[in-house]
Amino acid sequence: MQEAISFTPQLAASPIAEILWLIPAVPIVAAGVTALFKQPKRGAAATLAIGSLSVSLLLSLIAFGHVVAGWARGVAVREVVNFTWLQFGSTNVDLGWVLDPLSAVMLVMVSFVGLLIFIYSVGYMEHDENFTRFFCFLSLFAGAMLSVVIANSLLLLFMGWELVGLTSYLLIGFWYQKPAAAAAAKKAFITTRVGDVFFLLGIVWLFAQTGTLLFYNHGSGSIEPLALSALLTQPAAWGLTAAGAIGLLIFAGAAGKSGQFPLHVWLPDAMEGPTPVSALIHAATMVAAGVYLIARVYPLMAAGGLTGGATTALTVVTWVGAFTAVFAALIAVAQNDIKRILAYSTVSQLGYMMAGLGMGGVAVGMFHLITHAFFKALLFMGAGSVIHGCHDEQDIRRMGGLKADMPLTFITYSIGTLALCGFPLLFSGFWSKDGILEAAQHWSVARAPFYMLVFGALLTAFYMTRQVAYVFFDHWRGGKPAHESPTVMTTPLAILAFFAVALGAIGTPAWPWFRAFLEGHATGGGWSRFSEPGLLALMGTSTVVVFLGLGLGWRLYRGDAPAPEEPDVLEAAVPVVWRWLRDRLYVDELYGVTVIAFYRGWARVADWLDRRVWGGAVTGVAWSFGLWARLNRFLDTNVVDGSFDKGCEELSVGGGLLARVQSGRVQTYLRLLALAVVALAAILIWSSRA
Amino acid sequence: MTPLAGYLLVAALVFSIGLAGALTRRNAILVLIGIELMLNAANLNLIAFWRYGPHPEALTGMMFAIFSIAVAAAEAAVGLGLVISIHRHAHTTDLDAMTRMKG
Amino acid sequence: MNFIFYVLAALTVAGGLAAVLLKNTVHCALALTVAFAGLALLFLDLDAQFAGFAQILVYIGAVAILVVFAILLTKGSETPKDGVFSKTWLAGLVVAAGVFAVLGWAVLQTAPMLPNSAAVPTVSVQDIGIALIGRYVLPLEIVAVLLTAALIGAVIVAMHDKEGAK
Repeated sequence: MQEAISFTPQLAASPIAEILWLIPAVPIVAAGVTALFKQPKRGAAATLAIGSLSVSLLLSLIAFGHVVAGWARGVAVREVVNFTWLQFGSTNVDLGWVLDPLSAVMLVMVSFVGLLIFIYSVGYMEHDENFTRFFCFLSLFAGAMLSVVIANSLLLLFMGWELVGLTSYLLIGFWYQKPAAAAAAKKAFITTRVGDVFFLLGIVWLFAQTGTLLFYNHGSGSIEPLALSALLTQPAAWGLTAAGAIGLLIFAGAAGKSGQFPLHVWLPDAMEGPTPVSALIHAATMVAAGVYLIARVYPLMAAGGLTGGATTALTVVTWVGAFTAVFAALIAVAQNDIKRILAYSTVSQLGYMMAGLGMGGVAVGMFHLITHAFFKALLFMGAGSVIHGCHDEQDIRRMGGLKADMPLTFITYSIGTLALCGFPLLFSGFWSKDGILEAAQHWSVARAPFYMLVFGALLTAFYMTRQVAYVFFDHWRGGKPAHESPTVMTTPLAILAFFAVALGAIGTPAWPWFRAFLEGHATGGGWSRFSEPGLLALMGTSTVVVFLGLGLGWRLYRGDAPAPEEPDVLEAAVPVVWRWLRDRLYVDELYGVTVIAFYRGWARVADWLDRRVWGGAVTGVAWSFGLWARLNRFLDTNVVDGSFDKGCEELSVGGGLLARVQSGRVQTYLRLLALAVVALAAILIWSSRA
Repeated sequence: MTPLAGYLLVAALVFSIGLAGALTRRNAILVLIGIELMLNAANLNLIAFWRYGPHPEALTGMMFAIFSIAVAAAEAAVGLGLVISIHRHAHTTDLDAMTRMKG
Repeated sequence: MNFIFYVLAALTVAGGLAAVLLKNTVHCALALTVAFAGLALLFLDLDAQFAGFAQILVYIGAVAILVVFAILLTKGSETPKDGVFSKTWLAGLVVAAGVFAVLGWAVLQTAPMLPNSAAVPTVSVQDIGIALIGRYVLPLEIVAVLLTAALIGAVIVAMHDKEGAK
């Protein structure tokens, strides 16, 4: 690699950096306004969404231009705007945003691809009755993703991260009446949540250790050298330093969002959402957020290692990435749903990106992210066009011969396929993937990832050829005949296809502008690079691999494609392997019997507790109250009332007894008189005697 | 026993006899007879005390007894008149049957 | 205590007993007369001549006759079917006995303290007349009114109710 000449960093904020917050704010405000609309106001909703994202794109381009201008002048731009949001005693909760090459590039990519997909959605979702709600969620997503990109504060990044997860949930489950869609949304949310728990732990740990939430803060940020050197001296468990442990925790969060093994299970199911959602969120942007996160905290991940050397965190990232790349590519071979193939392809390519980050650094991984965003979005939108044209059919065995019926879609789709496979020289995918392979070749820890990634490239070419052959070649095997999609859908396809080709130019070894731009040094390179034997050998290897894959796929699947009910050619050849691959290597089932079953058991225990123990306690209390009430009633009726009644009765009886004195007979009265006299006399005499 | 005490005892005895008669006989007239006896016993008491007490020349006892005799006569007349009237109304003089004042 | 006293006392008591115990009402009235007579003689024995004669005149001469008349007018001579004594005669007897007990006891207890002049009082009728008009004139007048009222009242009470006009 060429010696990097670092530019002098410039940290003061320029005007565009000051208003950088507008970039995510405008789409979020648009989402808020759209939320107030009623469903029939489609035109207004679409206009608001597209308009707001256009504003964001414009501002992003200005910011990008500013950074490029700075780079051209030899200044490494990293402008931060930080402010304190809350204060607890001596602890500050800071938010802020940063404008540097990494964020500038990402801003442009997200807003540009996003805008194209917004325009595409106007045509795709035309017949859907929840059009307005869709654009509200899309705007909200765009705002959240952009805020993740510009975040300079761990807290702001996490807020945007969670918001992105929320909108992903809302959009996957957009057709919530379908049980499969609702379940898929839940699965996505919960699986990414598992990763987010570790991410949050990492954030909290980093904040606790470094005392600040900000990434860059004029030397006192949490991933600036001062803080990193402090982190490196702190030991954590298992021989890791604090820096390594935090890096691994953050990677766990990124793994969830970016669908790395074993948290990849939600991505294929997320295809239940509408195709624009799949294109935007699950191909280009949200899943890339995990890769972006690792790129953002790369100084932390790479702390302690030699320049370009491996640390524990980066090694883990590499292995997970490489494994995921092969794992997902294998599964993609045996899938029959057009979107699922692309979903597994995305998982596989994300693994490539992670491996590239781990082995080659920020520029290598980010370049593949950018190119992948364009051609994967293109592929998804092309798939959407196909589905739309085939009247919502998604099974590739029921398609065929579409190259004649949908020519525009066919051409753009083919361009995307070739970019993804890494067809040599012409397509961006080749240059970005080669960057990763080159880094893998020179990795100091092991060579295995290189071979895994090469095998993955072979599989990629194979399954994409299979898919294209099934969909576009041979004869139509579906129901009603297919038709081409409207212009509003095919125009974005064409634009993306252009970039799928053109973007390769900024990353070739002859002119590694992208790398120079991101790492803040002059562009080295030049044509002389192509004469290096190592590079030529690598380019040759990847070319061979690509053609091998394409050829195998073409050989097996060109010509008479079997009827939908008959088994696939490969299936007939190796039925056991096919079955394993088609059933996604049973990872979901493994989760089902371990984690899900565990939680089911706990849920049953909790239900039993709630119903029997707490419910029983409450019922017991209520029952005791009832008993008390009954006792009271008994006392009241019998004791209180009874005693009163008895008293009255006795009075009555006594009165009756006394009344008997009034017999009406004179002699009785006389006797009583005489008796009284006797008594009186006796008393008087007795008292006078004493 | 002094003579006075003797007379007093006799008076007490007659009084009790009269009272017993008034309390136990069923005929209303017999009750009046008992009452007369009681009054007479009281008179005897008075005269006895007049005779054996101090200052007999004050005639207190004697006067009292004479007035008592007069009043007793008047009362006997009215009482017997009432008995006759009751007899005319209830056709009986049996006191046990007259319970209209019964409470 | 002289012999005369005992005879007269016995006579009076016997008369009284007979008056309350005899079944025939007329016999009771006659026994009553005997009792009155005995009492009159006792008064004479006590040197109260005027009282004794007044007793004879009024009681025997008027009250006893009145009683007899009343008995005759109320068919008292017929003996009632279910006895002359009330059903609860014992209670009455007990009460009377109680009364006698108290009185007798009182007398006997205070016997030593009783006054006992042996001198015979020299009282003439003239003295009684003067006392009546002089010192006791108010009671005299009142008794006169009383006798008048009793007379009128007895007549009205015992009179037949005439049918029609008075």
